[in-house]
Amino acid sequence: MTDGHGLEDKSHFRGVWVFLEGRAGHLRDVSTQLIGEGRRLADLRGTPLTGILPGKGVDALAEQAIGYGLDRVIVVDDPILEIYRSRPYAQVMAQLIRRHKPEIVLFGASKNGRDLGGRLHAILETGLAADCVKFDIDAEGNLDMIRPSFGGKSLAHILCKKHRPQMASVRRNVFVAPPHNPERRGEIVREVVELSPQDADATLLEFEEFTKEGGLRPEEADIVVSGGYGLADPKNFALLQELADRLGGAIAASRKAVDSGWVPKTLQVGQTGMTVRPKLYIAVGISGAVQHLAGMQEAEKILVINIDPKAPLFEIADYGIVGDLFEIVPELVRQLDALKGGDASDRRAVPAEAR
Amino acid sequence: MSPADSNARPLRILVCIKQVPKAQELQVDPVTQTLKRVGVPSEINPPDANALEIALTLKDRHAAEVVVLSMGPTSFDESLERAVAMGADRAVLLTDRILGGSDTVPTAYALSETIQKIGGYDLILTGEETTDASTGHVGPGIAGHLDLPQITYVSEVRIVDGTVRARRTAEDGTEWWQTAMPSLCTVNFGCNKPRSPTLTGKIRVKRGGVIAHWSCADVGIDPKKVGLLNSPTIVAKVDTIRLPPRAGHIFSGEPKETVRALLEALIRDRVIAP
Amino acid sequence: MERFDAIVVGAGPAGSAAALTLARKGFSTLLVERGRSPGVKGMFGGRIYSWALHDLLPDWAKDCPVERYVVHENMAFLAEDTALTISFDSPKLGEGRSASFTALRAKFDSWLAKKAQEAGAVLVTGIRVDGLWQEDGRIRGVLVAPNDRVAADVVVIAEGATSVLTRSAGLKADLEPREVSVGVKETIELPAEAIQERFGLGDKEGAAFVFAGQASLGLRGGGFLYTNQSTISLGLVVSSEDLAREKVEIQEVQTRFRMHPAVQRWIRGGKVTEYSAHLVPELGAGMMPRLWGDGVLVAGDAAGFLINNGYTFRGVDLAIASGIAAGEAVEAARAAGGPRAANLQVYEKFLRSRNVLPDLERFRRAPLYMKNERLFDVYPRMLLEIAERLYTVDGSGKERLADIVLREAGAAEVPKWKLLLDLLQGARSM
Ligand SMILES: Cc1cc2nc3c(=O)[nH]c(=O)nc-3n(C[C@H](O)[C@H](O)[C@H](O)COP(=O)(O)OP(=O)(O)OC[C@H]3O[C@@H](n4cnc5c(N)ncnc54)[C@H](O)[C@@H]3O)c2cc1C
Ligand SMILES: Cc1cc2nc3c(=O)[nH]c(=O)nc-3n(C[C@H](O)[C@H](O)[C@H](O)COP(=O)(O)OP(=O)(O)OC[C@H]3O[C@@H](n4cnc5c(N)ncnc54)[C@H](O)[C@@H]3O)c2cc1C
Ligand SMILES: Nc1ncnc2c1ncn2[C@@H]1O[C@H](COP(=O)(O)O)[C@@H](O)[C@H]1O
Repeated sequence: MTDGHGLEDKSHFRGVWVFLEGRAGHLRDVSTQLIGEGRRLADLRGTPLTGILPGKGVDALAEQAIGYGLDRVIVVDDPILEIYRSRPYAQVMAQLIRRHKPEIVLFGASKNGRDLGGRLHAILETGLAADCVKFDIDAEGNLDMIRPSFGGKSLAHILCKKHRPQMASVRRNVFVAPPHNPERRGEIVREVVELSPQDADATLLEFEEFTKEGGLRPEEADIVVSGGYGLADPKNFALLQELADRLGGAIAASRKAVDSGWVPKTLQVGQTGMTVRPKLYIAVGISGAVQHLAGMQEAEKILVINIDPKAPLFEIADYGIVGDLFEIVPELVRQLDALKGGDASDRRAVPAEAR
Repeated sequence: MSPADSNARPLRILVCIKQVPKAQELQVDPVTQTLKRVGVPSEINPPDANALEIALTLKDRHAAEVVVLSMGPTSFDESLERAVAMGADRAVLLTDRILGGSDTVPTAYALSETIQKIGGYDLILTGEETTDASTGHVGPGIAGHLDLPQITYVSEVRIVDGTVRARRTAEDGTEWWQTAMPSLCTVNFGCNKPRSPTLTGKIRVKRGGVIAHWSCADVGIDPKKVGLLNSPTIVAKVDTIRLPPRAGHIFSGEPKETVRALLEALIRDRVIAP
Repeated sequence: MERFDAIVVGAGPAGSAAALTLARKGFSTLLVERGRSPGVKGMFGGRIYSWALHDLLPDWAKDCPVERYVVHENMAFLAEDTALTISFDSPKLGEGRSASFTALRAKFDSWLAKKAQEAGAVLVTGIRVDGLWQEDGRIRGVLVAPNDRVAADVVVIAEGATSVLTRSAGLKADLEPREVSVGVKETIELPAEAIQERFGLGDKEGAAFVFAGQASLGLRGGGFLYTNQSTISLGLVVSSEDLAREKVEIQEVQTRFRMHPAVQRWIRGGKVTEYSAHLVPELGAGMMPRLWGDGVLVAGDAAGFLINNGYTFRGVDLAIASGIAAGEAVEAARAAGGPRAANLQVYEKFLRSRNVLPDLERFRRAPLYMKNERLFDVYPRMLLEIAERLYTVDGSGKERLADIVLREAGAAEVPKWKLLLDLLQGARSM
């Protein structure tokens, strides 16, 4: 199933590709962020930027994508591609890459993006760097793919010198999506890829959508109150909600709290969850595993509440209280209320310009 | 090859496990910028332990045979022994100096060849990702090599009428997928509580013969496709991140007092409005 | 299911000796230890009398992890801040069957368990046996979890002083506070040269001390000090009953003991690196559990094989000897048709020929003698006052020794006849 593609002459490979993911008629944010970074790299290499959009009836999405800065979109329209499936999507990508020989292919480091990239890189026998947060072009024109290693304690520079294309997945929310320009014109190319019904080798039996908590999302909030396994029980998240309400913040959680079923998956912060950069991150009953740090260590200020003075999170705290969260959090709420004489609805973070 | 048709042999489930240094104890040497691995205790990569637990649960239910498989130095025996002590039937370690420095492409290739050499498999499980390389590429890579259906990020696996059903955690929700066998699933960290080794399992380890060591030649792996030199990617360098130092005002003592001191500091530093 | 001829629970000295003996005799033997490795759960340090080891492994001295051979024996009586020490030095102490040596349990137990493995026993660590697998009143093997059981014809319980399995097998009633003492031990680090210089020791030579009187704050019990290669073991064994009655914590007794000038002079500058506490059964021969049943034997501390008369403290040697006897009994039972209770009865015979029961009986009064509080409080104080008078020369003229003794006895309100009786009793139980 593999082909020793990588060993061909490198100079035949040109162009930057980004794999596009849509949902409910819109591009996913990770895809628009990819377009922004892809644009920069394509300009550096002096090549066009192409989006790859497999799916069924995705023309409108292709139009939309061009508005973010693409020169061209390759659309592969096939009923089998209506929902994401590993094998047919990998087939599409492999055949298109063999046909057009792009130099760089970027994926979002989403679940599907990693699922696809992992399969594809083995088929093409070329390099794939996971979860990148930064790119450069080195002196020889190689893509310098930069990703956190050892849970964010360091950054590794990954090069793929001899094989093409150079592939990478890109962490969500580290690049900024460019503004959408509906006037922008680009080419939409329809391509046909050989697919057989047998390629649909997995059947989706059921889908249950995560309920997004109403109200403020952690990614957008200035203050995030995040709870961990120390909360011991789902109902204790009500405590955090109270605190978040006083501060005009949003609640979030560690993976262990999410895995325990206490809060929805959509609130998970960390390497395999979301990245947040609030003005104040309040970590309550979270130990501070490297995978958690990966999602919050760039917060402007970090406040840690933990009963264990040796919890690793204290090492990166701006403020900390060593104590029992069941005493500290209610006390915080009480004192905040007292400060505002009961009306403390808008004790938000100080706006940046006021500092 | 559906096991429903052949009662001749039990289901065979393969679990790929990697031994990793315990994440909490890892430190980067500030001088050499490399991981300080010496003296750091090892463990089974945590999601792989969850994958093993799924395999053992299926073994309990369907009398399956569970074979664990790893590629690495012989020190990995420690984790393979633990896996057998937990209830796996046997283990295979692909161990060969020429494999050193392999990235995910040769690793997926070499594991795939080993899997084919073991043969007769119905289900392959890997972890979602490792705590040391954290790419999550090896599982899908194996599926790609072997041209198998793959379901990634699963928390539950059932075998129903000779098919695999798995619950996948996607970005927006939970999905239940079905595939024919054989297929490959990558398993979420923390989706179950891996069981402890048993006395019976530990005795089996002591009696010996449960771990096979295979070299590349034993498996028929092409030496020109593995190792550092045949890996597409290289780590050119590693920068230590110097996060801006944080103030580190830590308060401890009586709750009323600590909270008061904290709020004073937050207001003084204009982190929250007075 | 896995099965063995014999399963030994606990890889302490008793268990490893039993497993070694059984394996040598051709029994397929499983030795199960709950600690990560043998000895980590046990008490560290102390002194081992080697006679039983001679019987088990005649060339034990070749690679046994000996810290130091004890050639200096000391007995010290403590009052508030004074001490009277009686020393006995003899290089012969460190030789032959009567040699004793200091050892660290983590090393010693691992070494002995390794010997059992070399003889063919299968050692499994990190697993706690939860119960005996019994059917129709017979032992069928051991249980760890509902689905984790291993079969065997006979189980040797060598689980140490906690004796959970022994009790659950109905071989022994729950321990009463008066039947147990509490032992604590600290490991104090000092360079080997400092130890040798302080105690006047040669390279492999060691010193042992027992302390009475104020060491245990006058409670029944006493203190000990042993020199290891580059550590000192310092600890106490005190009656649980007395601790409960006086409402003192053993840690507090240990702290005061450590601060005593007569102890400080030996350990000053050292760093305390470990602390552990453990039960010590004080059963005496009269209160021992049933030592055998259908398919089961009890050895070592679990059987109460311990001699503590305040001056010598013997457990490891009796544990080893009883382990050997257990192995011999299982072999004899096999020859007689199988490990039924009736056939395992020979255990008693072997416990005699291995000198476990005779020694225990010889010292059986010790626990009763231990009940005599005067021995731990009044008499040491008396001795010290006498010594103080003897050695305090202030020009006021000297009394005769006998006068001093009698006056002190009077001051301590001990009738003369009681003094005499105690002395007699003490002499007999030693
Ligand atoms: C492949 C992989 C991916 C992962 N991805 C992520 C991820 O994206 N995000 C993530 O968060 N984790 C992730 N993890 C998991 C991570 O390794 C940790 O297991 C997890 O972050 C621990 O969560 P926790 O801090 O809530 O729980 P714990 O580590 O159990 O910590 C609980 C804390 O609560 C404190 N506590 C307990 N009681 C109280 C009290 N009464 N008052 C105050 N404090 C108290 C304790 O002292 C402790 O520090 C991942 C792991 C793997 C292997
Ligand atoms: C403070 C103190 C000082 C002492 N000093 C001396 C001294 O100087 N000289 C001397 O000869 N004796 C001394 N002793 C006594 C001596 O330690 C014991 O007599 C001796 O250790 C008894 O050996 P044993 O094998 O019977 O039990 P232990 O040494 O207690 O061994 C029992 C083993 O069984 C294991 N175990 C228990 N339950 C289970 C289970 N359910 N499953 C699996 N494993 C289990 C334990 O982890 C342990 O390793 C001292 C005791 C104390 C407390
Ligand atoms: N050397 C290896 N031996 C066995 N399995 C491995 C090895 N490396 C990775 N895996 C499997 O692939 C999964 C993903 O690994 P990674 O792509 O390194 O994050 C792991 O959870 C393992 O199940």
